[in-house]
This record gives sequence, structure tokens and C-alpha cells, in this order.
Amino acid sequence: MVSNIIELKEKLNNEEDIKLLFNETIKKAKKCNEKYNAFVTITDSYEHIESDSILNGIPYSLKDNFSTEGILTTGSSNLLKSYVPAFDSTVYEKLKNAGAVLIGKTVLDELAMGGTGTTGHTGIVKNPCNESRMIGGSSSGSAASVAAGVVPFSIGSDTGDSVRKPASYSGIVGFKPTYGRISRYGLFNFASSLDHVGILSKTVTDAAIVTDILKGYDPKDMTSLKDDGIKYVNEINNDIEGKKLFYIKEIIDVETEDEDVKENIKLFYELINKIKNIGVTVEEVSFDKSLLNAILGSYYSISCAESTSNNSNLTGLPFGERIEGKDYKEIMINTRTKGFSELIKRRFVLGSYILKRENQEKLYLNALRVRRLIVEKMNELFNKYDGLILPSTGGIAPLFNGNDSDKLSNEYLLLENHMIIGNFGGYPSISIPYGKVNNMPVGVNITCGVMKDALTLNIAKKLEELIEYDGGEYHV
Amino acid sequence: MYKVTIGLEVHVELNTKSKMFSPSINSYDKNINTNISVIDFAFPGTLPTVNKEAVNKAISLAVALNTDISPYLMFDRKNYYYPDLPKGFQITQMTKPLGRNGYLEILDENGSKKIFIHQIHIEEDSASLDHKDEYSVINYNRVGVPLVEIVTEPCIESVDDAINFLETLRNVIRYLNISDADQTKGQIRCDVNVSLRKEDSAELGVRAEVKNVNSFQSVREAIEYEIKRQTDCLINGIEIKRETRRYSPDTGKTYSMREKADAVDYKYYVEPNIPKIDIEPSLIENIKSNMIVLPNERIKKYISEYKLSYKEAKNLVREKEISNLFEGTVNLGSSPKEASNWITMKLTEYLNKNALEFNELSITSEMLNELISLINNKTISNEQAKKVFEVMIGESKMPNLIVKELGMEQISNEEEIKKFVNEVLDSNIDAVNTYKSGKTNIVGFLMGQVLKVSGGKINPAIANKILSIEIQKR
Repeated sequence: MVSNIIELKEKLNNEEDIKLLFNETIKKAKKCNEKYNAFVTITDSYEHIESDSILNGIPYSLKDNFSTEGILTTGSSNLLKSYVPAFDSTVYEKLKNAGAVLIGKTVLDELAMGGTGTTGHTGIVKNPCNESRMIGGSSSGSAASVAAGVVPFSIGSDTGDSVRKPASYSGIVGFKPTYGRISRYGLFNFASSLDHVGILSKTVTDAAIVTDILKGYDPKDMTSLKDDGIKYVNEINNDIEGKKLFYIKEIIDVETEDEDVKENIKLFYELINKIKNIGVTVEEVSFDKSLLNAILGSYYSISCAESTSNNSNLTGLPFGERIEGKDYKEIMINTRTKGFSELIKRRFVLGSYILKRENQEKLYLNALRVRRLIVEKMNELFNKYDGLILPSTGGIAPLFNGNDSDKLSNEYLLLENHMIIGNFGGYPSISIPYGKVNNMPVGVNITCGVMKDALTLNIAKKLEELIEYDGGEYHV
Repeated sequence: MYKVTIGLEVHVELNTKSKMFSPSINSYDKNINTNISVIDFAFPGTLPTVNKEAVNKAISLAVALNTDISPYLMFDRKNYYYPDLPKGFQITQMTKPLGRNGYLEILDENGSKKIFIHQIHIEEDSASLDHKDEYSVINYNRVGVPLVEIVTEPCIESVDDAINFLETLRNVIRYLNISDADQTKGQIRCDVNVSLRKEDSAELGVRAEVKNVNSFQSVREAIEYEIKRQTDCLINGIEIKRETRRYSPDTGKTYSMREKADAVDYKYYVEPNIPKIDIEPSLIENIKSNMIVLPNERIKKYISEYKLSYKEAKNLVREKEISNLFEGTVNLGSSPKEASNWITMKLTEYLNKNALEFNELSITSEMLNELISLINNKTISNEQAKKVFEVMIGESKMPNLIVKELGMEQISNEEEIKKFVNEVLDSNIDAVNTYKSGKTNIVGFLMGQVLKVSGGKINPAIANKILSIEIQKR
């Protein structure tokens, strides 16, 4: 199976077919929601703009932090539980004009902050591969809707690893292109310097097809990039013989008792050998461990600082679920106190603390310095190598009833969180499924230098062929 | 005794077509909450885009204020929660203001002084709030309106210099057409920093910051009040606190708002949604080479080249269009002194009398120049010229045409004048006799009769000469 989109497309001959597919998909979405709680909203009206694009008539789901005019957009937050936007995000507009059919808005960790899929205001999202396990986040519902076979693709957002990690946990493809490749206009700002639009799909080809539709400069987003003029789907089958990949020793060298992690690392080395056999060089590279250890802390510092400011618009005054008070201050305090979950409030308090005059130098500016040092080192490596390859995560999707999911084992902290590097540098980065551990899918992550979106997809496609992952079917 | 040191922070709203970071219309004369967009309301997912026109206008002011201009534009967030700020932060320039280290010259009769500019930066305005007894009304029309803030060094040493600076700055802004800088519309607003120090002390005293003073008259009063208040404190040994104060135009006094002006932490950090934007040197060069001649340069030229007084020159440059009228008239051949007299006296008088603004008139340099040459070639008298001037402005007609229509051409032909003279002499035998008896000052009466008979059209000098010849023949 090369492309779910093309496969579906072949069945669509006219408007009737498209409508039929829409109705079928809505049925599936409803089942998916009963089982996994993937959707905040399932579209109740059929809307389709005829187009000659490859996506014409293709159903998809959209993370509920993309603004959709006239359609509830909650960010999975109580504060926005009845917010209906007055404008379209650029991503939604482009998909609409390409003839794609929106079937629902998917659950996320509240305001995209979190990686568990457990903090949305409509409840936890379950992993279609195993309902007792999390799917990760924050693009939880998007991953679930693709993994469960409801839609061939979904649009998510990725600030730390929010597209790639749930993709990895649920055995699908998660791709975020270079920062600015896809306009962020209409995507709820979380941490603007790290936020990316990403695509979740079953196959690399489909990720390329959708990226081709979405990419390009948007005058509404000053950080968006001028189009590179490359049609990625045309480049994915290029020969990768002679390409050079590297992995980072300090990340993969894990001393752990966790059998799943051990198994995952074993699988990774097996894959490396297979890759070497097709004429691709893979080398081990050493990276300053103290810098790597600072990744997660720096990420929290930068993202909390930006998010506390980005979300200062949520006061209940011009819009949102207002809780009344005796004056504007009390309205704001009441609204924000009742509207946000504890986790979000913790991040806002942290962000606010980090940005305080007396703390900025130590907590914020140092984090930016760490980010810069890591990016400089990575850029050096990308001058020498085509891409970085690592397991997307350490372990498999965590159990709901496991220990506090926010606390990660120190043993494999780096392996669990290295994909943040892709957001620090704005690099194109993809996770594709490459096997199973403990009967759960695991993903491998390829990250290339900025602007090398075509190359990233190309390498991923070739590895996809090499891996021949068979996740089985989780259709609803 | 004590010397005052004043520093000013001046906010100016730019007259761009759209807002600083959104495509909404930037305009005042609309109903409330109409010039708004999803971006102004900070709906989730909206992003700012930088208004090029606003940047260009701000750069032209930075050039006029002789600042060093940053090689790139970069914005910061100033974070605070208030209903007039839907985003919860204001986009401003902290880390890298557009311009730094400039100056603006202020002139007076005695010469010139440089007022040093610490920085000039771009930011956005907040919404306007109207507080009622039980509730407040928010008008978002103003949210996101482009502002430039001009911050002087604490280097102004008198209230007169402060006002002169503000008037000069406002004039520069109007010449550059970057803002109407109308105080009554809040298009130019000031924060005033005032401190006192002992005559012989080099160290600045503790300052009070008076916020949001909305007219130059209020600036004057606020400074004067602060000087008095602080002087009283110093004399009576009361400690002057570093504080933020507000000025009340009703009482003419300032009142403490909060102590320690830097108590609020705005948690500034770099705006991540706007990338650094290079300011190309060619853009600055282009703005420089297309820059209008500013009022100070004009004043200097009028004094040195046109030999006008400082007072006249200042009067002529008070509005760009008036100055342009003056220069146009001079360029067409009129003498600067005559052109200046007409503008600074007759025209000003006309405006005052009719309660008009200059821009409501349609007077051109061609008109004024023609009027002046009609007087100089003796086609009309000075008396007639006043009448022509009124019609010229009132009906926006060329003076030549007016003179024809009103039949005002002066008669200078000696034969014609001689006829009028002899007609008068014939019918005033008594007066002629009186003259002959030696009372020669009766000639004044006869001259009056000649002018009367001719309907005031004859050239009086020629008539006078002919009268004195003809009367001798009697």
C-alpha cells in the first residue's frame, strides 16, 4: 500500500461517490469516538468544493486548535468550549479549496500543551492499537483518527514532538516540515518559535501529497517561507544510495532495565544494519552530553514563556467562556482560574516566572543559548550528513494506569525527548513506524537540515519500503 | 536655587491607511468598534503582519531626528493584562529601537539648541476606554493603530524649551505627513519627566514621571506645577519620591499614581511571530533623498537669504502649505519681503477675521505673485490691492481678472489726467483764487476733487504733478 489517498481517490468518480464516502467516514468517526474519544466535533454537514487537486473528495480530520469559521474550535480547553471562530486558518482554507472534506475536529492535550492525550476538556484519548494505553499527544485525536482507519490523513501541530510522538505510539507516519514551510495562520499560538503544522497519515507518500497542497508563503504569516517550487511527491522515490545518516551515541546509549526500551534499541540497530546494506552510510556521532541534557529544560523554559504570553488573550473578555466578577480583574482571574486545567496553569505560572525581570537572564536567555548551541552543532552535522536517524521514542505508548505519566524515567529521558531538536532548529522531521515492541508499534525518526523537506520524505519513503511495516488493521 | 531637568516621551499616532499589525482601517471618524478585525481582537491563531507604510513613515521621522537607524527591524512584547489590550501584550520595540542617538534643533531669537533624542521606536496603540459610573465601554477602533514613540534625553532645561521642542517636533511630523498630530484627537500625547537639582550639582535629582499629558498647554502647566511642588519639597526637606503621577487639567495639579515607576514588570521578550526584517540602506537613502525641506532649514534660509526676521520666518513656516505658498511666490519673482508681508499680515488677518484654516483657502503662489506685480507696476493702488486680495481669496480668482471685472485699472495717461485736472480747476474758481492768494495748501483739497472725479482710478503721483503744473497756468 503506497498511498491511502490514491487508493481512495480511485473510487471517487463523481460528487455522489464523494458524498457516500463522507457519510461512511462520519459513521466510522462516530464509532472511533465511542471507542477512543478522538473527536471534539464530528462534522454534521457535508461541505465540498469541487477541485482538480489530488485531494478532491478526500476526507480528513483537523486538530481542534486550527481556526475554522463557523465550526466550533475549542483547543480542547474548557475556556473555549463554545468558541466558534469568525475566520479560517490558512491550512483549512487550502484544504477546503483543494476539495478535501473535513469530517471532524480532533481532541488534543489542552491548548496543545502536553504529550499524553489525557488533558483535553472532552476526556482522554485512547490508543486504537491498545485501548489501555495512551496515544500520546498533543495531536492525540488526529493520530487516533488515522490509526483507526477513519481518515487517510489528519492535520496536527508539533511544538515539541506533538505530531511525531503520537504517530510513533500508534503506528502511523507523522511529519513536520521545515519551520515556516506551512503557514501557522489560524493555528492557536502555543510557542510561536517552535510551533509547526504537521501531517499524520498512514504512508509517507500521503504525507508528501498533503504537504504539497499546504506548503507555500502566506502573507498572513510573516514567518512562512517562500515556496521552494519542489513537488515533494515527485522526489520521494529518488535513489538514496550513497546518502549519509548519523545517530547520536549519547542519546541511544541507554542503561535501562526497561525491557521495552531495550527491545526498541535492538530493533533500531537491526534497522541500521539493513540500511547499511542498501548502500546508505550510517555513522555514530558523539554530541556534548551536557548540552543534550539541557534540551528538555530549555524546551520547557522557552515554550512556557512563549505560551504564557501567547495565551494572555484568553481572558473571557472579547471571547471565550467568561466567568463574571465584580471588575475586569476579577473576570479575568475567575475565567482563567476555572477555564484552565491544573497542568496548563502550572505552565503559565512557570512561563511567567521565567520571564520575570530578575529571572530572564538565568532561565530564559540561557535556554535560548542552549537552543542556539544545539542548533549550531546540528547545522554542522547536517553539513556533513544528510540526516539524523534515531528511534522516535524510548519506550512504547504508556499505560493509563501506569505511574504518573508526566514523570519520565531518567534512564531514557534523552531518547524520549530528543525530537525537540527538530523544533529547536525548525528542521523537517518525520516519524515512521518500523516495528513492534510488546505488540505495540514503535517509530523511527529521520530529521534533516532546514529546507531539506524533499530529502526527508525521500529517505523516509525508502526506509518505509525497506521496513515493510505491517501494523495490522485497527479499523473501527 | 534649583535647576530643572525635563525629559519627554512623545507618542504620535501615524496616519497610515491601515493598522500597525492588521489590515483594519486606521481612521477616527467612524462609529465605535467598526475598524476592527479578528487580529485586533486577538482571536486565537491570528498573527501580526508589519505595516510597511508605517515603517517607512517612522523611518522618515528617524531620519529627520538625525538618529542612527537600526540595520533591521525587530519587535518585542510588553506583557500586561488590561481590557484595552486584547492580546494581553503590546508589540513594541525594546531590544532594538528603530532609531537611537539623534537630536532635534530648536530655534529662537537668540539662536539654536539641540535637544537630544534617546530613541525612537514603533509600537501599537491600545483600545480606548470610556469609564462610566457602573461600567466601562471599550472602543477597539484604536487598538493596533501605529504609534511612534520619541524619547528625549533628560536634557531640556526650561519649560519654554520643552514647549518649543514639542511645537518643533509637531511641525516636523506634519511636514513629513506622517501624522496630523492633533492634540484634541489624542494623536500626539506626552509623558513628562521632571526633576530638580541644585544649581551647582552635576547629578540629576529624583524624577517624577507625569503620564498621559494630552495637550502642550497641559505639558506647560504640569511642568510648572512639578517645579513648584518639588521646589517646596526641597526647601522643606521633604524627600522627593521616584514616582508616577497624573496631571489633572481641571486643577492644573499633578497627583501621585504609584510609587517606584519601575515596579511593574512587563516581562519584555522578543516577539516570535515577526522575523527580523532588514532595513535596506537603499530604502533609507531613498527616504533621505525624497525628504521635504523641514521647517528649521526653511527658517534659516529665510533669515540668511531672504533677510527676514526670525519672527517672520517662524510665522511663515508654521504650516507647510503656507511656507510653500511663500516660497512659490518668491520663486515667481516677488520680493521675499513683499510676499512675507502679504502672508504674515494680510493673510493672517483674513484667516483670523473669518475664523478659517489656511487649508480651507485655495490661494496659489501665482495669485499672490500677480497681485504683488500689479501693485509694483502701478496698475492698482495699495488701497485697491486690499480689495483685490479679499476677492482673490474669497472667489479664488486671478487678480488680473478681478481688476478688469471691477474696472480698477489705474489711469496713468497724462493727457487723460490733464482733462480731469482742468475739469476740477474750471469748476473750483474760488479755490484756484485762494491758491493764488498764497494759501498753497488748498492744493490738497483740489487733489481730492481730482481723485473723486476720476473715480479713484488715476495714478495719484502723476495727477499731483500735473495739477501743480496746470494751476500755475491759471
